[in-house]
Amino acid sequence: MKPQYACGSSEHQIARRSFMGGLFAGFGAAASGIGFQSQQAMADQLKKKQKQILVIFLSGGASQLETWDPKPGTDTGGPFLTIPTSVPGTHISELLPHTAKQMHRLSLVRSINTKENGHGKGAYAMQHGRRQEPAASYPHLGALSSKLLAPEKSALPGYIQITPGGGGSRRDDAAYLGAKYSSIVLGGGKPPNDTLRPKELSEVADMQRNAFRRQANARFLQKRRTAATEAYTYSYEQAVGLMERRDVFDVTKEPKKDQERYGTHDFGRHCLLARRLLENGVTFVQVSHSNYDTHHENFDFHIEQLGEFDQPFAALVNDLAERGRLQDTLVVVMAEFGRTPRINHKYGRDHWGTAWSVALGGAGIQPGAVIGKTNKNGTAVTDREVDHRHLFHTYLQAVGVDSADSLDVGGRPLPLANPTAEPIEELLA
Amino acid sequence: MSAPEKPQSEKKETAAPAATPAAPAQGAVQADPLKTHEAKKLKHTSPVISCRYDPTGKYVFFGAQDFRVWRWEISTDKKAELTGHRSWVRALAFDPKGAALVTGGYEGDLIWWNATAEKPTPQRTIVGHKGWVRAVAISPDGSLLASVGNDNLVKLWNMADGKLVREMAGHDSHVYNTVFHPDGKQLASGDLKGNLIHWEVETGKEVRKVTLKDLHKYDTGFRADIGGFRGMGFSPDGKLLACGGMTKVTNAFAGVGLPLVVLVDWEAGKEKIQHLTKGITQACIWNTAIHRQKFTIAASGGNNGKHLHFWKHDQKEPFHQLVLANTARDMDLSPDELHIVTAHFDSHVRIYKMAAKA
Repeated sequence: MKPQYACGSSEHQIARRSFMGGLFAGFGAAASGIGFQSQQAMADQLKKKQKQILVIFLSGGASQLETWDPKPGTDTGGPFLTIPTSVPGTHISELLPHTAKQMHRLSLVRSINTKENGHGKGAYAMQHGRRQEPAASYPHLGALSSKLLAPEKSALPGYIQITPGGGGSRRDDAAYLGAKYSSIVLGGGKPPNDTLRPKELSEVADMQRNAFRRQANARFLQKRRTAATEAYTYSYEQAVGLMERRDVFDVTKEPKKDQERYGTHDFGRHCLLARRLLENGVTFVQVSHSNYDTHHENFDFHIEQLGEFDQPFAALVNDLAERGRLQDTLVVVMAEFGRTPRINHKYGRDHWGTAWSVALGGAGIQPGAVIGKTNKNGTAVTDREVDHRHLFHTYLQAVGVDSADSLDVGGRPLPLANPTAEPIEELLA
Repeated sequence: MSAPEKPQSEKKETAAPAATPAAPAQGAVQADPLKTHEAKKLKHTSPVISCRYDPTGKYVFFGAQDFRVWRWEISTDKKAELTGHRSWVRALAFDPKGAALVTGGYEGDLIWWNATAEKPTPQRTIVGHKGWVRAVAISPDGSLLASVGNDNLVKLWNMADGKLVREMAGHDSHVYNTVFHPDGKQLASGDLKGNLIHWEVETGKEVRKVTLKDLHKYDTGFRADIGGFRGMGFSPDGKLLACGGMTKVTNAFAGVGLPLVVLVDWEAGKEKIQHLTKGITQACIWNTAIHRQKFTIAASGGNNGKHLHFWKHDQKEPFHQLVLANTARDMDLSPDELHIVTAHFDSHVRIYKMAAKA
């Protein structure tokens, strides 16, 4: 849904930033026609704007049996054993020895049933809190977080994705919130494209060009301001901001000992980059780890992939806690689905949305909890079945957002989360 | 004057004495691969993942997904359960006399068993490796055990007392397999990334390292390594080493790739020939052996591989392929070299005879 502005209408709600001048003078989300249902809600949201979210996305669908909900010694359990964690009574897979020591900071939801076994649809559901629908488009959790939580003035984007490969880009994942809240993708963890000023252009000349651009824009916009011009202008201003803050994307600027601790492989560097971005105020960071779609030789490949995941993830959780940031940062480890309990003829596991797990912690999440259960073989949920809708509600609540609230989009109230579900209350601190 | 022989009815059953390996005698029946057929099978209760003949040929020992090792007495179909491991077992080896079996599990343990007892029990359990034990081998004189695993190490142990003789580091990835040279003085080990190391047994010295690059691939799409020496076996004269695995992988996570056996000229230390299969595009070689009649045998398993393959040593393509009843996960050649035992996902152990049906 594209943003619908009602230019000159008394329905405009002017955001605080439009009075504060600066780089974004005259521009603002509120003039977009998207606002909150009440002034109280707006004020409350302003208070919550220092919360952040980190999502680790295990692309392809990591096996819950090889991570958070192992079933050793059973016909579905596979060859791995379990290890105790820092939470008495909670065991996870032996493939996560470092993460096991951080479990007192995390919780597990072992009873997810999204009924979704497709990569695309599963990923959509888990990241948008709703199933994909042909006639509707919903914002990604990151876009929503950027909209609701990002500081008024930030040269950095509110929503960044770090992917293992590919080039940098901007994804169309903000739906009705507008392009301003869509993700900036750092492909391979590299800085956004074209953030270096060309050598032929001096700093003074660059400043003069930008000043002239703003002057010309301001004159044009006096009478011809639309959503499109706003997005266009915003992207230029954001680009200027990004260039000034380019160093934020350079993980080699982190201490050497941290680079070693996180590891020099891609995922390690991306986790360290995530820490850097969060510490520099980026509201939502998602790091994807590839790949877990292990239809063939599931066990060998989980040794390899979790061998990469375990240490940097544990380091990241530990660092967030020790630096006093975990109380304000929601951490979620998710995938598009889990993997079948049944081991196929190639020692593989296939797609499985029926009984699987997510790990999460920080912000308003109660640490050390285990929510829900599966049966002996992991073939069904036996207690507290939840799905992507409940999880999405829970994420929002954990960062101080009333997940039952709605956004006014062109006069229509659009719920932040699927109203047919509710948060997992027992998970909230 | 000798004591009278006891009447038949009074003779007691005694445990079979440890026999010398039933090596094929001169004039033994020749194997005819073209006539290979299923001769016998055992239905187990869990998918089978490994299988080995004992040196007498009387038993097959196999590992299954039920975390057990089992002994199948072929002539009677009696089964005995060997309980002791906490995870899967794909590593099995016998001392040449056949009395002792050593197994290695994915929990990292090595267990010695009294293989021919009525009810085999663990005689010794030690921590062998950190992570999976992937293969074990026993020297021809029965004095040493070699084990390899996911800690990237090759270890030599004293068979008599289980003490570590030597730890050899030289691989930089999971070590998949190991075999002793028939002369007992040399050891070969192979890892995930296609590296084959030749070790001097007495000193542990790395004599040479050869990379069989076609047995490894880094899948850039899924960002993972696939490969490894799934099967290894020397020719009886020690001149050739067969190394089985998977090649030309285009999708590691779906198992799309070609089964491959690389035949290595051991003296020269380089590839002699690559044995490929016909018409199989999504499978892996799970084990391989070189027959005394100078042909290579391998078993494949995967999406469209469930075959026994036979090659002459100078052939790229097999002279014979036999479709098995189900995808194979291991194979072993019998001491008489007339039979092949295979382990299957459908919970069966099958014996194939390389001769015409009676």
